[in-house]
Amino acid sequence: MLEINNLHAELEEDSDVKILKGVSLSVKPGEVHAIMGPNGSGKSTLSYVLSGRDGYEVTDGSATLDGESLLEMEPEERAAAGLFLAFQYPVEIPGVGNMTFLRTAVNAQRKARGQDELSAGEFLKLVRAKAKELQIDAEMLKRPVNVGFSGGEKKRNEILQMAMLEPRMCVLDETDSGLDVDAMKLVADGVNKLRADNRGFLVITHYQRLLNHIKPDVVHIMSHGRIVKSGGPELALEVEENGYGDLLAEGAA
Amino acid sequence: MIPRAKLKAQKVEAAQALLEGRSLPEGGAWITRARKDARARLETMGLPVKRDEYWKYTDPRRLTDAAAQDATLHDMGDEAPLFDTFDRVKLVFVDGVFDAEASDALALDGVEISTLTEAGAHDLHWARDLYGVLEARAQNPVERTLASLNTAYATEGLVIRVTARAEKPVAIIYHRSDPQGDAMVHHLVRVEAGAEATILENGPVAARFNQVMEVDIADGATLHHVRAQGRDHERAGVTHLFARLGAGSQLKSFTLTANGALIRNEGVVWLDGAEGSAHLAGATVGDGAFHHDDTVFVTHGAPRCESRQVFKKVLRHGAVGVFQGKILVDQIAQLTDGYQISQSLLLDEDAQFLAKPELEIYADDVKCSHGSTSGEIDPSQLFYLRARGLPEDRAKLLLVLAFLAEALDEIADPDLAEDLRQRMEAWLERRA
Repeated sequence: MLEINNLHAELEEDSDVKILKGVSLSVKPGEVHAIMGPNGSGKSTLSYVLSGRDGYEVTDGSATLDGESLLEMEPEERAAAGLFLAFQYPVEIPGVGNMTFLRTAVNAQRKARGQDELSAGEFLKLVRAKAKELQIDAEMLKRPVNVGFSGGEKKRNEILQMAMLEPRMCVLDETDSGLDVDAMKLVADGVNKLRADNRGFLVITHYQRLLNHIKPDVVHIMSHGRIVKSGGPELALEVEENGYGDLLAEGAA
Repeated sequence: MIPRAKLKAQKVEAAQALLEGRSLPEGGAWITRARKDARARLETMGLPVKRDEYWKYTDPRRLTDAAAQDATLHDMGDEAPLFDTFDRVKLVFVDGVFDAEASDALALDGVEISTLTEAGAHDLHWARDLYGVLEARAQNPVERTLASLNTAYATEGLVIRVTARAEKPVAIIYHRSDPQGDAMVHHLVRVEAGAEATILENGPVAARFNQVMEVDIADGATLHHVRAQGRDHERAGVTHLFARLGAGSQLKSFTLTANGALIRNEGVVWLDGAEGSAHLAGATVGDGAFHHDDTVFVTHGAPRCESRQVFKKVLRHGAVGVFQGKILVDQIAQLTDGYQISQSLLLDEDAQFLAKPELEIYADDVKCSHGSTSGEIDPSQLFYLRARGLPEDRAKLLLVLAFLAEALDEIADPDLAEDLRQRMEAWLERRA
């Protein structure tokens, strides 16, 4: 489903800063892949390059979703194609109500896919049901997008958006950062509910603890812009026990 | 001659040239006296010129020239007339002249409405205690003699007295039928103690216009004022809102401006009784040949009053936005709470925003803050919206409306606020 092949990227404003140096991986429908790695290894950059954020120049390689090349698409086209990025730092947007934002996003994607837009009533019913599962109250839906939200509320709001948009491929960028244990469990439950045979996940995380709750099928270790090792869930446990040092020494060897 | 005296002479000469051969309108005794006094103020102080500090960012010539420029009539057929969906008393002016036929009956429980002409003909009308009075008072410390010109020569206007809580708003609607035109309108509003009313205004009065609204809000009374200035591109105009607020009274005034070659909206508010509250807000959308100036002067003349100024401007393609805002706190005005924010969103590098926020405080126990910012659309917000599937145009539109939201929030009636927001969205969408 998601095929990344030999992806190279550098900073647009400084071509000397090469961040991705040949990333390859393949996520099949129904699979959950985790990418782990130390700070600065290029994990978050990978998520930005996939979702189309400005500031990066792809110099080589490819990334396709269901056979369509993502890299030539505008960010909104990638979203309509089924890609979803759960942000590490969800952006605050004063003046835009969370509900308005969700409804505009859902209908924009439906329109792009040639589906009818949801009526106000249909939308409200859907969002209330999904919000309840994530323990997001009506008050939070009325407030401006992410403004004054706690870290946990912001991340739950990301998962709510994911649940509403029903993407094919979900990229979660450090979704566990800034969460306490209870909040992490709530977020993980939300993600697990969305696991499906036709949906893929790429879970980017620094720590193994999130993977206790979201069980990956494949774990990749990333370092200096490359995937240096891939394996099963046991790889994550190895990181937990021994840190990245040993694995990276091994990968470099 | 020293430069200051030279400037003064230039201003006085300009006033003399404009007034030469122009006699005052006919009217009863009190209004004739008020007009003479106003004309004398204008003759003494002169007309504004570009070199006036107070007109530093806005060239007044188009407003002071003997002849007004034409302004093409804007086709408003793409939307329902503003305020028509609300239950209101509708009062219509065509090319700056009151049209009784097109207006509703001047009857509303708790509100007395008459025309300036009628009021001026009666010797004992309450209007004589207000007409030109707040305007004259507002000439110090800054001269605003375009308002004196209006007091001297305006013959059109409404005289509104609110004695109770009005059931529905009074909507003053300006229509233009003539691409030429040079109109002056002078309204008086007196809200008696404990009374409450909403006054709506829509449309540009004429190709060139000069408006004055003098408002006296007695103790414990409330006035809501919501105004939109139409969408005619080539119009030029200056408006003046002079308000006196008694103890515990409230004023909320909001103005929506889109398009216009030159608009200057002056708001001069005098908090005259303890615990008064005055909010002035404006949302402005300018594209191309557009110059918009909000000039606000709030005087805290009594203790424990609150004032708030919220002005937002979205500008592009060479549009210019100006904000001059002052909060003056008298020595007796302890425990003043004053707030002022002016912000512009510049959608390209050709747009310009000029801001001059000022505080002048003589009391020692006050809370006053002001801020002014100018910026572009936040790229991280834009990316976030696009990553959720919003096309770039739609995402920008949402962010522009979000930027203006704080000003619209100053409208007390949520239905009115939503109606204006939707119109603004439609205008922006069509021009995107």
